[in-house]
Amino acid sequence: MKYVLMFADTVENQESWEKMTEAARVAAYGQVMQWFEEHSKAGRLVGGEELKGPSSSTTVRIKNGKAVVTDGPFVESKEVIGGFAIVDVKDIDEALAMAKTWPGGGDGRIVEIRPVIEQHANG
Amino acid sequence: MVGDFDLAEEVVQDSLVAALEKWPEQGIPDKPGAWLMTTARRRAIDILRRDKRYREKLELLEHSDLRPDPEEADDRLRLLFTCCHPALSQEAQVALTLRAVVGFTTAEIARAFLVEEATVAQRIVRAKRKIVEAKIPYRVPEGSEVAGRLDGVLSVLYLMFNEGYLSRGAEVSIRRDLADDAIWLTRLVASLMPDQPEVLGLLALMKLNLARFKARFDASGEMVLLPDQDRRLWDRRAITEGLELLERAGAMRATGPYQLQAAIAALHSEAASWNETDWHQIVVLYDALVALSDSPVVRLNRAVALSYFAGPEAALGEVNDLAMSLAGYHLFHSTRAELLDRVGEPALAREARLRALELCQNPAERTLLERRLAT
Repeated sequence: MKYVLMFADTVENQESWEKMTEAARVAAYGQVMQWFEEHSKAGRLVGGEELKGPSSSTTVRIKNGKAVVTDGPFVESKEVIGGFAIVDVKDIDEALAMAKTWPGGGDGRIVEIRPVIEQHANG
Repeated sequence: MVGDFDLAEEVVQDSLVAALEKWPEQGIPDKPGAWLMTTARRRAIDILRRDKRYREKLELLEHSDLRPDPEEADDRLRLLFTCCHPALSQEAQVALTLRAVVGFTTAEIARAFLVEEATVAQRIVRAKRKIVEAKIPYRVPEGSEVAGRLDGVLSVLYLMFNEGYLSRGAEVSIRRDLADDAIWLTRLVASLMPDQPEVLGLLALMKLNLARFKARFDASGEMVLLPDQDRRLWDRRAITEGLELLERAGAMRATGPYQLQAAIAALHSEAASWNETDWHQIVVLYDALVALSDSPVVRLNRAVALSYFAGPEAALGEVNDLAMSLAGYHLFHSTRAELLDRVGEPALAREARLRALELCQNPAERTLLERRLAT
């Protein structure tokens, strides 16, 4: 069963991340790389990406037949999405176990787990 | 996969129906208690009550040997842990547990919790859909997962018990059933997970609370608070059972919030009167509870004990610190009112009581507040 794990963090943590020294960031990335490696080896990881910061984001809203473009992420909130992973695991308990040990971010970071709609083979 | 959960629920209901149809021919099994562990107990008891032939057997069920067939027991535990999965909202967990594990109808759940039947039905449908869509597995958690998941289960059971025990609405009978069923279910979990002291702690807490049931309301149906209860009406056997359970839990040397709350209840149960209560020890237990599982309500309860150990002024200070977090909680204001009375501030006490009345929904508690305001 496939799930997307969306990684989010508070705006403050995200800003701290961007201001980190090289050394600190290398260390933090190290943990993230470890997490990806562990779960790749176990065959649970199907894909994933880190996203550039929210200041690079652009949002399109389609309403009343019009598409309106705005600067920034779509949610005006204290949290921003920093990346995602696509996992293929037995059930939600396995996905939860992965999410609970996600190291990428500060105190208060969030992981949303959403099941993927499996595409049916065509023809 | 969808089958797992729905199937389990159907199997539980069907086995009940099937077995009950066999009883007249095959006779009631020797250990009806054990058998009932494998079926929807509540439906069974309802059906049994209606039939004279079975009524006497009901007496046996309460105290008969409850060790179930291991395979069926596993199924029951699987169902319970699935119903209480953290990916479901707590309301959904409660509704699902009552429906699938205990055998309440949606109408009965609605009456017990004072909500619309349609609301309950929708909650259950949504929960089942989430189980399928998010693939919540039908299994008993293992190893490092157990502690957290068990916590969730015990939380639901305690919620069920309190809903029944505190009898907020008009239908006292269904509330009493709810409390009894919560105890039954907790006993089941205790028998299936005998190395978990917090389960025993919760069971002890429920027994000790339920022991006071007869003294909670007077002849005219008005609520009687703990300080004023006639302790001769307390169920001594239930208290003894509660104390034994607490001892068994304690022997496992791993304390927890339910054991601590049970220990506090035990101290009340053992005191001959309100004035002879060991308040110092109760405060010590609350200190431990704050360390393990801090919350404004725990602190409020600790303050009450503190007021009897160290005086109302000390307690009032602590209670006032909780003003922001408990502003919407009627018991905060009624507690504060009592303390204000004791330090000789009747006008402020009256204000606090009025605020409590604004926030209080329980008819029995409202009567108490109104009476205090009238004096």
